[in-house]
Amino acid sequence: MKKIFLTLLAAMGFVVGAQANTGGFPWDKAPDRTSDMAALQNGAKLFVNYCLNCHSAAFMRFNRLKDIGLTEQQIKDNLLFTTEKVGETMKSAIDPRQAKEWFGANPPDLTVLARSRSAQGQGTGADYLYTYMRTFYVDDTKATGWNNLAFPNIAMPHVLWELQGKRSPVYETATEHGQQVQVFKGWEQLTPGTLTPQEYDHAMGDLVSYLQWMSEPAVNTRVRVGMGVIAFLLLMTFFAWRLNAAFWKDVK
Amino acid sequence: MADFKEISPNASAGAKLTNWFENRLPTAFDMYKVHMSEYYAPKNFNFWYIFGSLAMLVLVIQIVTGIFLVMHYKPDAALAFGSVEYIMRDVPWGWLIRYMHSTGASAFFVVVYLHMFRGLLYGSYRKPRELVWLFGCAIFLALMAEAFMGYLLPWGQMSYWGAQVIVNLFAAVPFVGPDLALLIRGDYVVGDATLNRFFSFHVIAVPLVLLGLVVAHLMALHDVGSNNPDGIEIKATKGPTGIPLDGIPFHPYYTVHDIFAVCMFLVVFSAVIFFAPEFGGYFLEYNNFIPADPLKTPLHIAPVWYFTPFYSMLRAITDEMLLVLIACVAGGAILGVTKFKLPAIVKLVIVGAAAAVIAMMLSIDAKFWGVVAMGGAVVILFFLPWLDNCAVKSIRYRPQWHKYLYAVFVVNFVILAYLGTQPPSAVGERVSQVGTLFYFGFFLLMPWWSRLGESKPVPTRVNYVAH
Repeated sequence: MKKIFLTLLAAMGFVVGAQANTGGFPWDKAPDRTSDMAALQNGAKLFVNYCLNCHSAAFMRFNRLKDIGLTEQQIKDNLLFTTEKVGETMKSAIDPRQAKEWFGANPPDLTVLARSRSAQGQGTGADYLYTYMRTFYVDDTKATGWNNLAFPNIAMPHVLWELQGKRSPVYETATEHGQQVQVFKGWEQLTPGTLTPQEYDHAMGDLVSYLQWMSEPAVNTRVRVGMGVIAFLLLMTFFAWRLNAAFWKDVK
Repeated sequence: MADFKEISPNASAGAKLTNWFENRLPTAFDMYKVHMSEYYAPKNFNFWYIFGSLAMLVLVIQIVTGIFLVMHYKPDAALAFGSVEYIMRDVPWGWLIRYMHSTGASAFFVVVYLHMFRGLLYGSYRKPRELVWLFGCAIFLALMAEAFMGYLLPWGQMSYWGAQVIVNLFAAVPFVGPDLALLIRGDYVVGDATLNRFFSFHVIAVPLVLLGLVVAHLMALHDVGSNNPDGIEIKATKGPTGIPLDGIPFHPYYTVHDIFAVCMFLVVFSAVIFFAPEFGGYFLEYNNFIPADPLKTPLHIAPVWYFTPFYSMLRAITDEMLLVLIACVAGGAILGVTKFKLPAIVKLVIVGAAAAVIAMMLSIDAKFWGVVAMGGAVVILFFLPWLDNCAVKSIRYRPQWHKYLYAVFVVNFVILAYLGTQPPSAVGERVSQVGTLFYFGFFLLMPWWSRLGESKPVPTRVNYVAH
């Protein structure tokens, strides 16, 4: 019986294997700093200063930032640009109609974007964003002057170019299956940014962690409560097991 | 009416209170006896027998969390998505209630599939439990409707396009199709009207039907008594008191059993809620975190995992596959006419019916037959009690190769489920076509294959090893 099951499972694996197909630029693994308050605060700063100019986070309230260790006064003093009240949600400064004219597409709302971009077999939404924010390059053929290596022809320009500087991808000619193909080899820094490449990657890690946290602000509470709940249930299970055994011991 | 029972004035306060109620609502006490303390269940229940109770637990979880969700949810195309995020962010513990409900939906199908498979393994659908099985199948059908309509409510991309695809299937029905789809949607596309009627069905209509069916399912079960892993009628061997010798009162023996099972279930259930509520995109699909956009069709529309075996069967019916099915119908008719000694008139009816079906298959679009296959895959379950001709009920005493066949059935079902989650592909299409033929072959040929082979002798008393 077991053998049959194993054989069938192997057959299933074959079917799954035949289906698997990956393509496109592989996603980099984003660092997970969703419980690192300093990183989240830095991410929030970057988010409010850069992203919020065009994107909204229409379901995220400014005062929720208290969850990542900021006081209401700090939020008011440093992060409120588009609104007066800390209880407000994060609305962008841009008029959606103008945005559509400028970029050809409305910048999507970022509240739960990190959750929506996960893809089975490719990575989490954080991985997507971390890769995306680090693969912009100068492309004069585009209206915005920017293109993205991992996600070609995307409408968004490189908003953080001052931090990263201008870059251009370097290709290498390789032979694959007897054909000459261009393979991405690395980056060429055209002009330096205000951050070193290491600092930029680190900042993007913070920003992406913030976006991930913002997509589910309850995440840290969830995990913490979960530990307690599971511990309690395991204890309950133990007693329920003994109770069951006590009742059934006389059943012959 | 029961006689009024006097109680000694010296009795304890508890006894007096019980007596007070017993004289005023004896039905409750009778029901307690019939369904709990004097309901004799076989003592040899195994692991497979916990899923009925667990299904009830999940039903209660869904109803209670659903009540709280409705307090904050807005069934309005413009507000629905935002109100779900409002629940996730601004409602205190709203995220927990929402995750319980979304995980509960998947958990419901997990336990119900296992519960149904238990019935299949031990022949729980066979005489005299046909009605128990029929009510159960109706519950499954209602549950599918409930889940489908509930899935529209978050108003994400998958909610929207999943509903769009499924409702459009009804449009494939000949003659009345387009009007039928319009009636379901309440609009020419899935829209606010659809959301509102699905909301109404999801929170009121279908839950009422579900609850009624659960009561019927349990009443039918408790009238005939539970089956058991040996497939033996324990009522056939009663002691001098009229109680089945292999029976044991449901309360307290199976209540403590179920408490234990509930605790273990809740550990797993909570682990998903607290540590993996999206469950890798299977319980909460990633695309559903994007608000519904009628102008942007997602590249790949997949239903939630519990519908995917049936979705695979739907996709398997192509024009090519239709030819195979026509051959099956023709082959079946020829076999029926030549193999069996039937009156000429019956043979004529068989040939006529087969010709009519084939004519219909040739004239109506394959898409419609896909819908028929998808629906048929569920409806065929209703007929199970009359398809199985095996001499014994339980898999334990069936011929050895039956076990292999059941194993293949399960693996086939899982493969179909997997393929349903994947984008269409040439290999996947072929595999799902073979899988669909196997699924229907398993049931339609059951009257024949279940008779074959030598079943083992069934003992008169159940196998029970003391704990």
